[in-house]
Amino acid sequence: MTLGKVVGTVWATRKDEQLIGMKLQIVQQVDLDLTLKDSFVVAVDSVGAGVGEIVLYATGSSARQTELTRNKPVDAVITAIVDKLDVPGTPALTEAVEA
Amino acid sequence: MNLARVIGNVWATRKYPTLEGRRMLFAQPLTFAGAEAGAPLVMLDTVDAGIGDVVIYVSSTEAAVPFRPNLTPTDATIVGIVERVDHLGTTWRTTPEDDEAAG
Repeated sequence: MTLGKVVGTVWATRKDEQLIGMKLQIVQQVDLDLTLKDSFVVAVDSVGAGVGEIVLYATGSSARQTELTRNKPVDAVITAIVDKLDVPGTPALTEAVEA
Repeated sequence: MNLARVIGNVWATRKYPTLEGRRMLFAQPLTFAGAEAGAPLVMLDTVDAGIGDVVIYVSSTEAAVPFRPNLTPTDATIVGIVERVDHLGTTWRTTPEDDEAAG
């Protein structure tokens, strides 16, 4: 799974029927020090994450391993909201997650 | 499967239900020569690996296989702890202390 920050939400009225009811969040990948990287994905939210939160997301066919996304046309899913990170040698992660 | 070194822990209270009770670790993928390769990932742990351990992990959909029949949204899962690697005629042990012990 990859560490990312929810930076926005996508609304789409006309979409594949199998996507109806799913919340689509824009997730930007972050580095170990939580600085934003260039890459981002639109991910289905399975945990109720809000904009600004640090999350974990799974990509590829693994994104279909939830009841919500099973057999659906989805390739990224938010699976957890990060409370705390502990990577020795990388300072101030916890504070940044809480901020 | 590929090699990685565990570099940290991740805590998340709100998570997908099938991830409850699973340890999540930050790990830096390695080449088979032991050099860092690419960006760190968060992996589920099935073997009680700790920080500093070199591990083997499965990626992609197969990462969910150890947790069947549950649907588990993971794209990387640690499935073993590595002690030693023999690669292209060279051998390395996964901890510096082991290297010294081996002479």
